[in-house]
Amino acid sequence: MNAILEMRGITKTFPGVKALDNVNITVKAGEIHALVGENGAGKSTLMKVLSGVYPHGSYSGQIVYEGQERRFKGIADSEQVGIIIIHQELALVPLLSIAENIFLGNERATYGVIDWSAAFARTKELLKMVGLGESPETLVTNIGVGKQQLVEIAKALSKKVKLLILDEPTASLNEKDSDALLNLLLQFKAQGISSILISHKLNEISKVADSITVLRDGSTVETLDCRAETISEDRIIRGMVGRTMADRYPKRESRVGETIFQVEDWTAYHPLHSNIQVVKNVNLHMRRGEIVGIAGLMGAGRTEFAMSLFGKSYGQNISGRVRLRGKEIDVSTVEKAVSNGIAYATEDRKTYGLVLEEDIRKNITLANLAGVSKNLVIDDIQELAVANDYRARMRIRSSNVFQEAVNLSGGNQQKVVLSKWLFSNPEILILDEPTRGIDVGAKYEIYTIINGLADAGKSVLMISSEMPELLGMCDRIYVMNEGSIVAEFESAEASQEKIMHAIVKSGRR
Amino acid sequence: MDTRTAEELHPPHQTSWLEFAKAHFRDYGMLLSLLAIMLFFQVVTDGTLLRPLNLTNLVLQNSYIVIMALGMLLVIVAGHIDLSVGSIVGFVGGLAAVMMVRYGIDPVTTTIACLIVGGLIGAAQGYWVAYFKVPSFIVTLAGMLVFKGLTLALLGGMSVGPFPVVFQRLSSGFIPDVFGGEGFNYTSLFLGLASVAALIYFSIRSRANQLKHNVETAPFGLFAFKNALLAVLVTAFCYQLATYRGLPNVLVIMAVLIALYAFVTNRTTIGRRIYALGGNEKAAKLSGIKTERLTFLTFVNMGVLAGLAGLIFAARLNTATPKAGLGFELDVIAAVFIGGASATGGVGKVTGAVIGAFVMGVMNNGMSILGIGIDYQQVIKGLVLLAAVSLDVYNRKK
Repeated sequence: MNAILEMRGITKTFPGVKALDNVNITVKAGEIHALVGENGAGKSTLMKVLSGVYPHGSYSGQIVYEGQERRFKGIADSEQVGIIIIHQELALVPLLSIAENIFLGNERATYGVIDWSAAFARTKELLKMVGLGESPETLVTNIGVGKQQLVEIAKALSKKVKLLILDEPTASLNEKDSDALLNLLLQFKAQGISSILISHKLNEISKVADSITVLRDGSTVETLDCRAETISEDRIIRGMVGRTMADRYPKRESRVGETIFQVEDWTAYHPLHSNIQVVKNVNLHMRRGEIVGIAGLMGAGRTEFAMSLFGKSYGQNISGRVRLRGKEIDVSTVEKAVSNGIAYATEDRKTYGLVLEEDIRKNITLANLAGVSKNLVIDDIQELAVANDYRARMRIRSSNVFQEAVNLSGGNQQKVVLSKWLFSNPEILILDEPTRGIDVGAKYEIYTIINGLADAGKSVLMISSEMPELLGMCDRIYVMNEGSIVAEFESAEASQEKIMHAIVKSGRR
Repeated sequence: MDTRTAEELHPPHQTSWLEFAKAHFRDYGMLLSLLAIMLFFQVVTDGTLLRPLNLTNLVLQNSYIVIMALGMLLVIVAGHIDLSVGSIVGFVGGLAAVMMVRYGIDPVTTTIACLIVGGLIGAAQGYWVAYFKVPSFIVTLAGMLVFKGLTLALLGGMSVGPFPVVFQRLSSGFIPDVFGGEGFNYTSLFLGLASVAALIYFSIRSRANQLKHNVETAPFGLFAFKNALLAVLVTAFCYQLATYRGLPNVLVIMAVLIALYAFVTNRTTIGRRIYALGGNEKAAKLSGIKTERLTFLTFVNMGVLAGLAGLIFAARLNTATPKAGLGFELDVIAAVFIGGASATGGVGKVTGAVIGAFVMGVMNNGMSILGIGIDYQQVIKGLVLLAAVSLDVYNRKK
């Protein structure tokens, strides 16, 4: 069988990071090709290179599609030749109808006047092809996520797709919807449409994939042919995680003390849909000087748990108890949570962590203005001293503390966020994806800071999607899936395989 | 751990004039524009603009806009807008007139009551914005209509006046001269010199602190030039006013308020929190700031200041008319934006808003002296607003 797509020696660098390093992938015509790898392995970057989001010239290597070398300058170029990508976050306009969404930017129109009857008729055909029994006039907001996913696929079909790329299509779908979607892929295959499927759900991959390419740390590890032999999930996991972990994490002599922090029966519901339970009866505890990890896939409810705990910043109908040194504490507002010694550094620094247009100094003191002011008047000198102190201790690289946060690199921004929370003098630090989007060198520095906190007797709860990071840093790891804690490991006993198995097993129930 | 020397961590700052001026263009650009506009009108009006009488008028005409711009700055920095201030000016002026003229209530009680009513109006609007998350544009648009209507109802469609003399002094009075100078108000000059001394004292102290902590500072020449220029301008201004009737009461009120709001925004925790709220509401909230209450309070503050502006405006006309305050909100909002505030919140300075208000005021005054009709005055003001903000956006992109 000949190949529809060949990507040869793709290398893509961002300032400070090599996101893709000599990646090769060959997709044969009419197959379902799975692309797997941990978060941050480079799957999405590779697909962005393919679809022209990163235009020709911003990467090195060759893309050969249908026998010709292609140089895409943008998404329009790749769509032109039939490569359609469906992103994890759906790109639908909620308050427009299904038909309007399908033809958005590609309207059935003459001189700008839309022929609605043609559009509706075509939409009906497309919806039939994907097996969606909705009227073309239904607003997208009124149908569930599973159906929205189908609308996206219908949209792709309207553009004469030859190679369909799906990025985590079933991440937010229930089992029934996922099955329907996978069957649809098999149908497309029968019609000669090739697909690239990016997924964390290995059982789905074993079910539909013809071949599997495994990426790790931006490189191709291997390509497995599922038609020649049956590939087990264990085999795939081994490919995904089998790296050496020498010295990526600073050494720490762990001195764990008495239990200091307990969360009991913590439950929270979705902020908009009061019947969806997002955090389900979470129980956990932390000891003095301990670094505790929460592992899980994206969407496992880890951030939701942390934010609901931190001043009810997420969700509704939140229930459960929080104890510090055995005494129940009030965490119903952020202010109370902070004054009771809890700090939460968000996973999304730019949206939730920093006031980007303000300088380093003002960001650092924001959560504890009382610490630099007397009778509500800020003591400039003291504030400056505090900011300079943290800048030096955390090694924030900037010309001075008056540099605006927006101009800092990801690693330095994260150091500012950490400084802000350290200055509020917490006992319990919840760090949500503390190294996301940070280059390797800065990661090491952040790890050193975290170790320093534990040495100083603080307890750190670290949420991360990078399992090696949790294994390298934590004393103990909880595994969370679909809102519940599904496993707990001492790090000495934990391994990536065990964690993956715990997730996969709980997901099947 | 850290092996670098203090030198590497705190590189010494030797900024040249040019570099510094470039980096701080936004801080000084606005002031220079105001001076340029004043100079232009001074020349084309053959020196009428800066005559003592006209200078006094300039202050009296703009005081209520400046005072409201202080409140509007906070509202805009917090990421909102208040369209109702013009109507509140009319309503509070009308209320003051009815209380004093129809019911004979004394001016002091009336003033206090009116300020409280202004605050309540602000609270009523702020409540919907802060706690119900109704967009401020909608809430205050509604408020604008409601209070315009209530002013008409309150005054029965007629003008009510005149006011007791004590109340008129609010707007038309001057600081009495304790030295009894003939044709020259020494008190005014001394007040001016005292404020110059205070300004210089505080800027030297702050510079000393900056130097002590190795902070980037303006080159000494620029620093000295800036302070000398400011000192000369303030002294000259007070001297000119002193040769007429001295400092208007309203100027003193305005100066005190400007100083107070500059202090609150720069130096206090509540000021800092308002900027954080406007800059990134989610981050502010997750840092333990009570964003709802803060939004509410900025509207209450706006209401009180609009009430004060209403009293000053009524006192100036010596009568309350149903049309009082019409369109003021536009001048106030324009002043804040000309002064460099960002429409998305989080950015803006008290000094900028005050300068913006005076840019509008000087143009109004200068064009009136030149005899340009109200029609083209509006065209020109509109274009200046657009030009000022475009320049600011362009500068920020660079």
